[in-house]
Amino acid sequence: MRWWLPDAGSTFAGPIDALFLAILIITGIALVVVEVGLVTFVIKYRARPGRKAFYTHGSTRAEVIWTAIPAVTMVALGLISNHYWVLIKDKKSIPPNAYHVGVHGKQFEWQVTYPGPDGKLGTSDDFTVRNQLHVTVNEPVAVELSSEDVIHSLFVPEFRLKQDAVPGMHIIAWFQATKTGEFEIGCAELCGMGHYKMRARVFVHTPDDYKAWVAQQAAGGSE
Amino acid sequence: MTTVAHTPTEAHHAPMSFWRKYIFSTDHKIIGIQFLFVSLFFLLVGGLLAMQIRWQLGFPGKPLPGGGILPESMVSGGVILPEYYIQLVTMHGTFMVFFAIMPLLVGVYANFLIPLKIGTHDMAFPRINMWSFWLALLAGLIMLAGFFVPDGAPRAGWTMYAPLSARPDLSGATISQKLWSISIVVLGLSSVMGSVNYITTIINHRAPGMHWFRMPLSVWALFITAILAVLALPVLQGAAIMLLFDQTIGTHFFDPGAGGQPLLWQHLFWFFGHPEVYILILPAMGMVSDIIANGSRKPIFGYHSMVFAIIGIAFLGWIVWGHHMFMSGMNPTLGSTFMVSTLLIAVPSAIKVFNWMGTMWRGNLRFHVPMLNAIGFVSMFTIGGLSGIFMAATPVDIPLHDTQFIVAHLHYVLFGGSLFALFAAIPYWYPKMFGRMMSERIGKLHFFLTFIFYNMTFFPMHIIGMGGQMRRIYDPTIYDFLKPQQPLNVFISYSAFALFAVQFLFLFNFLWSLKRGKKAPQNPWEDNGMEWSLPNPAPHGNWDKTPNVYRGPYEFSAPEAGDKDYLPQYLKLPTDRDPVPAPLPAGGH
Amino acid sequence: MKGRIFSVVGGMFLLTVCSKGDGTVQAAPPAAQPVVPTADVSAAGGTITGKIKFTGTAPRNPAIDMSEEAACKAKYTTTPTEENVVAGPANALSNVFVYVSAGVPAGQTFTAPATAVVLDQSGCRYHPHVFGVMVGQNIEIKNSDPLLHNIKAIAKKNRPFNVSQPNANMTKTVTFAAPEVMVNLECNVHGWMHAYVGVRPDPFFAVSGPDGSFSIKGLPPGTYTIEAWHEKFGTQTATVTIAGTETKTANITFAAH
Repeated sequence: MRWWLPDAGSTFAGPIDALFLAILIITGIALVVVEVGLVTFVIKYRARPGRKAFYTHGSTRAEVIWTAIPAVTMVALGLISNHYWVLIKDKKSIPPNAYHVGVHGKQFEWQVTYPGPDGKLGTSDDFTVRNQLHVTVNEPVAVELSSEDVIHSLFVPEFRLKQDAVPGMHIIAWFQATKTGEFEIGCAELCGMGHYKMRARVFVHTPDDYKAWVAQQAAGGSE
Repeated sequence: MTTVAHTPTEAHHAPMSFWRKYIFSTDHKIIGIQFLFVSLFFLLVGGLLAMQIRWQLGFPGKPLPGGGILPESMVSGGVILPEYYIQLVTMHGTFMVFFAIMPLLVGVYANFLIPLKIGTHDMAFPRINMWSFWLALLAGLIMLAGFFVPDGAPRAGWTMYAPLSARPDLSGATISQKLWSISIVVLGLSSVMGSVNYITTIINHRAPGMHWFRMPLSVWALFITAILAVLALPVLQGAAIMLLFDQTIGTHFFDPGAGGQPLLWQHLFWFFGHPEVYILILPAMGMVSDIIANGSRKPIFGYHSMVFAIIGIAFLGWIVWGHHMFMSGMNPTLGSTFMVSTLLIAVPSAIKVFNWMGTMWRGNLRFHVPMLNAIGFVSMFTIGGLSGIFMAATPVDIPLHDTQFIVAHLHYVLFGGSLFALFAAIPYWYPKMFGRMMSERIGKLHFFLTFIFYNMTFFPMHIIGMGGQMRRIYDPTIYDFLKPQQPLNVFISYSAFALFAVQFLFLFNFLWSLKRGKKAPQNPWEDNGMEWSLPNPAPHGNWDKTPNVYRGPYEFSAPEAGDKDYLPQYLKLPTDRDPVPAPLPAGGH
Repeated sequence: MKGRIFSVVGGMFLLTVCSKGDGTVQAAPPAAQPVVPTADVSAAGGTITGKIKFTGTAPRNPAIDMSEEAACKAKYTTTPTEENVVAGPANALSNVFVYVSAGVPAGQTFTAPATAVVLDQSGCRYHPHVFGVMVGQNIEIKNSDPLLHNIKAIAKKNRPFNVSQPNANMTKTVTFAAPEVMVNLECNVHGWMHAYVGVRPDPFFAVSGPDGSFSIKGLPPGTYTIEAWHEKFGTQTATVTIAGTETKTANITFAAH
């Protein structure tokens, strides 16, 4: 039974998980204040014979305090969040040495196109594999997302990676995996009856293993 | 149903037939009650769809109990098919948002409460008001027909993203997708007609002394909601028509192959959609304010702040729509701006929660069923509002978008929020509608069981969402990373079945009390609102003579009240002077 | 009030039941081979037989990568390939749909056989890959894999459909109401899965076997045009005259491309 976010598998996970935790603490404090407050009031101020309610229309000071504190907190949260948002999603943040892979979503498969031995996407030595994204550990990867038919969304939970693939749009999502192994991909945008079955896998290799895999694929093998 | 005394108001009408009195009625109270019965029916439909969803998620691939009555297009050997599953999630959302919660909050309570609470005899445009109900019913029936036409119901999610929704060859939904657009256009018309009434009536027909800042927060909330509706629904209607045209007359608004843009749908839908969710919460907040003040026997804390918070939420609600589109591929800079506006909208909501708590602070709390549910609202809405902050922070939205985390969030605000508010409002104004009280005992049992099973159902969804379970997927167990969480899915499903079963307590209470409930005294809650100056049930035409308003709506425990702890708005004390009536509108009553 | 709600809900259920549609769902009887029943023809009629081959070099059938569908991959000992061109000894061509396109007297009607054609999804492939049915004849679609297949029918003269079978042993019966050569069937979860159905108003059709041979029986006397359809090589026609109960041969040759 899992109770938390998936294990971190990319460079994004650190900042995102830290931000998640920070928000959990802030909202947790707010939640405790409200819920404990409610329970306390329910017990302490319940009607009893001979009691009267305290007649007041409010307190401007209280209003100012409980407006200012949330407002300042939200602004601070926004500034910190935006710093990481730009790092993750801004086009200028894509590392120039990123390895480009094409991922084309269609009802109900992911077609992954690799640049082949020449390392360039869009040349004649490219090859396509169904439902498998192979990358090298500790190296940036730029996924060039496209869609054949409807909106799909590439989601790798361990990488904290999610990006919609929209027909007619060419969207780049980048990431850098931090550990080798196999990870699952799910589709995160309802795309029809087979939406749940758009399961694919990411294989994160050491650099040598990756070169070997590319060579084998180019020679016409599968696996 | 009503024994109405012969009053001067009655003399305006010749005796009415059963049809004019109860079916094709222009009386705002009857219209509100009509909305109530129809919407409770659609709430039940929505709940039945949810039960099937939870069956499939908890027990993927197991035949649905009773599934044998469903056609082969929906089940195979009783097992829900994927194409039916996505119809279920789509129509559950659609019925709940458009035909249950929105009409329950607005169709019922805007209609029923506004004229009563501002001291007038009916809406500004009673006949248009009647049309508003019949169009809403028609829209609901058109939408329901989707399950019975060839190829079944729409299945692109209640959010209907294009191109999936625009391409029957890709979705499988043919006739019903067109019916969806027609239903939405008709519903939008109903909404706009209602809003026009609510806005006009509140601006023009307040009784003498009912200044703007003497209106109860329920009326303020309904007023602001009506403005939201009249501006937002037409946008959805436009989008629905564009979608219909893409499917029928060969346009390509959303088809990238011919120069259209899938993202256009999302912008249009959410430009409506975000104000829509405030339409779904503001009336609830307003009514909860009235009820908490009553239950606390204290004025609402920070009345003016509460009004400005409602206005602030409504205003900010127009500039946050992009937070539904952070992953959509729109320019990330837009994402930054929407993040800021979305984080800011947390502030007026927080203000309201603190003011409700301030109202209860040092009160003399009465835990009648409406008060229990209103406190439940504050408690649950807080969780829902706080969970939204995670997604407002765009980097954290990346793992959480389109997972069960957002499903948890939206149910905390719509069920934990809006529906609990309705569980408060319905028994509260039941005596005014039907002249009887709902059973307190059943009501308390319903509240406690609902509160418990509700949290057991929806709180764990935050956890499986964090774990990565995507929305709208038919079988989580095909993913290795989701298999460990399946026990929680099972737990949620069992809790949901129990939660649904408990609602029959409410339904029974509601129906049984119509004929067998205790006859209601005139002001059973010792409340201050104008409506409590009338007999129960309130008669046609409300007051024979326009009442006067002497004070604000929340003068509980005021010193002038003497040994009583409430002081109605309509009660003239020896020290009060009659308010100067506003000049009559030209040609008005 | 209570009655009103119950009668509406009850009415809803009634409507749902009434729209239940075509027949009950049965568990599929285990079938090792898909059954292609012989058409109901008179033994006294003439027969057209022949062998179908192609000239030139057949394009290579692409290998199918089933790595991401373990349950299907496990059913193969060698790498499965697509079935675009299934060649036999001496360039014999399988999976050619041969049918009488002209010459059947107008106004003659034929009864569709009561037995269904079984279309099985096993090892993430359709079995058979190409087949014929008569108008109104049942096709029993069956899933022998423990995973989702959807069957999308792309048809112009018939009503398209798209149904799913998420679990093993699910079956669904469909029929086609209009003649059409060919209706394309595909699975969208497994893009390599294709099948082709020829829908005919009469029983005069066949599909060529591994040795390229086909046989159309029961033809009354007349002059007939037969058309041979192949998914990659297109169509070829031949004319055959039948006088009585003899067997006439019409061999067909495609050019590989």
